[in-house]
Amino acid sequence: MRDFDLVRKNLFRKPLRTILLTVSIFMAFLIFGLLTSLNVALNRASETGAASNRLIVSNKINFTQPLPIAYVNRIAATRGVTGVTHSSWFGAYYQDQRASRFVGFAVDPETYMAIYANDIRLTDVERKAFIAERTGVIVGKALADQYGWKVGQTIPISSNIYVQPDGRRSWDMKISGIFTGAKPTDSTASLYFHYDYLNETSSFGRDQIGNVAVRTASADLNNSVAKAIDNAFANSPYETSTVDEKTFGQAFLKQAGDLNFIVTIVVAAAFAAILMIVSTTLVSAMRERTKEIGVMKTLGFSSPRVLRMVLGEALLLSTMGAVLGLAVSAFVLVALSKSPAASTFGDLTMSPLVALAGLLMAITLGLITGAIPAVSALRMSIVDALNRR
Amino acid sequence: MSALIQLNNVTKHYRRGKEGIAIFDGLTLAIEKGDFVAIMGPSGSGKTTLLNLLGGTDRCDGGEIIFDGERIDGYSEGKLADWRARSVGFIFQFYNLMPVLTAEQNVELPLMLTKLPTRKRRENVQTALKIVELSDRAKHKPKELSGGQQQRVAIARAIVSDPKLLLCDEPTGDLDRNTANDILGTLQQLNREMGKTIIMVTHDPEAARFANRTLHLDKGTFAEVTA
Repeated sequence: MRDFDLVRKNLFRKPLRTILLTVSIFMAFLIFGLLTSLNVALNRASETGAASNRLIVSNKINFTQPLPIAYVNRIAATRGVTGVTHSSWFGAYYQDQRASRFVGFAVDPETYMAIYANDIRLTDVERKAFIAERTGVIVGKALADQYGWKVGQTIPISSNIYVQPDGRRSWDMKISGIFTGAKPTDSTASLYFHYDYLNETSSFGRDQIGNVAVRTASADLNNSVAKAIDNAFANSPYETSTVDEKTFGQAFLKQAGDLNFIVTIVVAAAFAAILMIVSTTLVSAMRERTKEIGVMKTLGFSSPRVLRMVLGEALLLSTMGAVLGLAVSAFVLVALSKSPAASTFGDLTMSPLVALAGLLMAITLGLITGAIPAVSALRMSIVDALNRR
Repeated sequence: MSALIQLNNVTKHYRRGKEGIAIFDGLTLAIEKGDFVAIMGPSGSGKTTLLNLLGGTDRCDGGEIIFDGERIDGYSEGKLADWRARSVGFIFQFYNLMPVLTAEQNVELPLMLTKLPTRKRRENVQTALKIVELSDRAKHKPKELSGGQQQRVAIARAIVSDPKLLLCDEPTGDLDRNTANDILGTLQQLNREMGKTIIMVTHDPEAARFANRTLHLDKGTFAEVTA
């Protein structure tokens, strides 16, 4: 028999209590694993393809407000700018507005493909076909796989924003190509089609665009270019706000609320509850065993060794719950990532950093919850322990 | 015979609220190697405190405690724990076995403090259980054993690391007469055949008869010594 055997046997002396405690810890780590991984995936998705020398110009009021298309040429003329394109959020869905919404942008194909050539991978044939075909659309591999779309097929893509003059919300588009991302984990649940097609057929928003993407000669010029652009449109009816792509992506995410803050609060609340439950239960469990601790010390077990064993129980308990919670959340994330609805998040798998953070939290939880009973076991005098009734 | 354990002018006080109570005020005692001594006395006479001092589970306020020629009263807590593991076996009134462990695992506990290899440990455990005639109950947990059997396991635990001194605190206080006599017979056998020095605190004159001599403790002093 080793110390670990004794720790294990003591931990499971009341199996129901241990199982209930493990389940509570499991739940906390399940919440931690899922929410943190989702948050990481969302942050990663917002930064996907973000280039250091690209800026996004949007309406100063809010990026959902439009800008005039005439701005594109004026921005292109700004010193330090080497390329410009624009895009407009379409609010795209396929057949079912609730179940099959995805990212869809109306873009200027030639300039967009030039600026985002590295992020939207197409064959030359597909790229040329997309630029040439007015009703052409390129769809991401994830979307194509989800709906079984093929190149050459015409599909009706609807908008929850735009309407045609005859009241239709649907635009027929011919698939010119199926693109992949720069990395296999990049989200490809999106599509891009011609802005001109939308502009000519929409009943409103004529000659207006969502935002302008700007490529600068160097990332060092970003600040001066952004200032120059915003100054150029200051005091106009459409003032601009120019930021780098990463900042824009994060601002986009914050529209849904400060996820970092929400995740931190939810996880902290779960852990605070667990901390209270586990520590009070361990303290009372240890009180029940006061006499046994006295006997162990009488037999010659040193106080530090008894402390290590008591701490070991708390650590074993928290690690069991944590490993189970993290493992189940990893499985759930894998299952979720196979769902088409989750493809927007890109790579949903639990990162080693999240797993490592979880294990560190488990050790911290074990040390904190075990601290009081362990220290009281350390300080306990043999005479007092043996006299305890 | 030479003294295995010797108390010289030992003092011990307890505080009860603001009041200081003297348990021993200059107690002197010598227990010879291989002796079997019963200590009797009324409640509050200091029997258990004496046993705690002899076993190094409590400290005296003054005087000296010498074990096998070496002063132990100044040992650090860690050194005292090592000394207990090596030199003393404890037998309690209510057995004090670990309920989550089987009989053989309970007996093995003191051996966890040694560097004996697993095989040797197992042999020692089997030998100890054989001495107390409980080999067939090795895999049973305490709640599956009778009071007498539990006390036998406790005796096996006390002797498994071959200590020189056995300290017994009312070892038969929770047992019926016949079982008590069996247990006392086993202690007597350990004393006579294995040379263990035994100090037994008891209220029971019948139990005391199994010892070589009886010391009567009253108000912190040995009032009477009978052979």
